[in-house]
Amino acid sequence: MNEALDLLLRSVFINNLALSFFLGMCTFLAVSKRLDTALGVGLAITCVQTVTVPINNLIYAYILAPGALAWAGLPELDLSFLSLIAFIGVIAAMVQILEMLLEYRVPRLYRALGIFLPLITVNCAILGGTLFMVERAYTFTESVIYGFGTGVGWALAIVLLAAIRERLKYSDIPDGLQGLGMSFMVVGLISLGFMAFSGLG
Amino acid sequence: MANRLLSALITPLVGENPITLQILGICSALAVTTTLDTALVMSAAVTCVLALSGASISAIRRFLPRSVRIIVQITIIASFVIIVDLVLKAFAYEISLRLSVFVGLIVTNCIILARAEGFAMHNGILASTLDGIGNGLGYALILVVVGSIRELFGHGTLLDIQIFWTTAKGGGFEPVQLMLLPPSAFFIIGCIIWFIRTRRPEQVDKSEFQIRREAQEEAR
Repeated sequence: MNEALDLLLRSVFINNLALSFFLGMCTFLAVSKRLDTALGVGLAITCVQTVTVPINNLIYAYILAPGALAWAGLPELDLSFLSLIAFIGVIAAMVQILEMLLEYRVPRLYRALGIFLPLITVNCAILGGTLFMVERAYTFTESVIYGFGTGVGWALAIVLLAAIRERLKYSDIPDGLQGLGMSFMVVGLISLGFMAFSGLG
Repeated sequence: MANRLLSALITPLVGENPITLQILGICSALAVTTTLDTALVMSAAVTCVLALSGASISAIRRFLPRSVRIIVQITIIASFVIIVDLVLKAFAYEISLRLSVFVGLIVTNCIILARAEGFAMHNGILASTLDGIGNGLGYALILVVVGSIRELFGHGTLLDIQIFWTTAKGGGFEPVQLMLLPPSAFFIIGCIIWFIRTRRPEQVDKSEFQIRREAQEEAR
């Protein structure tokens, strides 16, 4: 139990995907102009991440990993070179399924997310979460926690940035730094703040 | 014609730099720049994938149905990334370990999909290849600048050659630990953007609110 909590805290704060591994930065900077859209995207990422990381974990463990096909009588087969294509396929399919589910079950949330839902397919935070899961060889339970934690951490970071950027609109910034330049500086400061969590684990 | 091809190669360098103006491919730009050699290898990998995928997507653009084009593009890109990944593992294993997941993440690097969708789908094979190389070089330019700054001040070395003698080795230079941590990458890229936009004011984002002059005077 303690280890699970530790992993959760680590994936939310210390190894925050956006702030310490720079994943999903394009979306992170592009849609953080308003607080409500940022919240929507954060929610969508959390959903997709919680579903895809465990599924990719199962696929890797039972189909792709070296010797994983032993249950099918093919112990010497190594399909791990196919993992990138398989993972991106799973992510695209999951995003599509999530989109259909939301459209029928929670149309309000579906409309609020709009164009950002399909764009999640090419968000590197999702693929990055999966690749880190493979690299660190998480078990299935760990991958559920890790997927959820990284999703929440990413959402937390984008909401923080959006809240600051809404205020930045009213401040007096040097011309060349207006907009994108200033966002980089602010993300740097937030990331500096998150470094303080590194003693937590 | 030759002029257009040349401009496809040159404008992405500073004029339409993928990182500082188009906000594309930032993730990997920040993550692999702690040292100069990883930045160089990463730039080479991205440039290769950009040029190859641009050429092949442009070659089949007339036969691609609109509804499935994204899936096809992603599959083509992923195949090239796998090739690059395997080549790196075969010939530069040590560096490929240090790049860890970021080679695989070239698949979702938005520069590549954006150039495929925005340029290669409407232009010929040669132009798309050159556009790919140009954008790759623009990306490389930023990576090399950030990578050199971080390695020089973080370790006192460039490509593992000692430039500043650090205190640990009996010299007078104290390495700046912050340069090796994530936040410094944000600050450096922020400053590069500031520099480019001061030289080229037409790239500046319009501010949404104009601050009244009297309010500014009063604040002083």
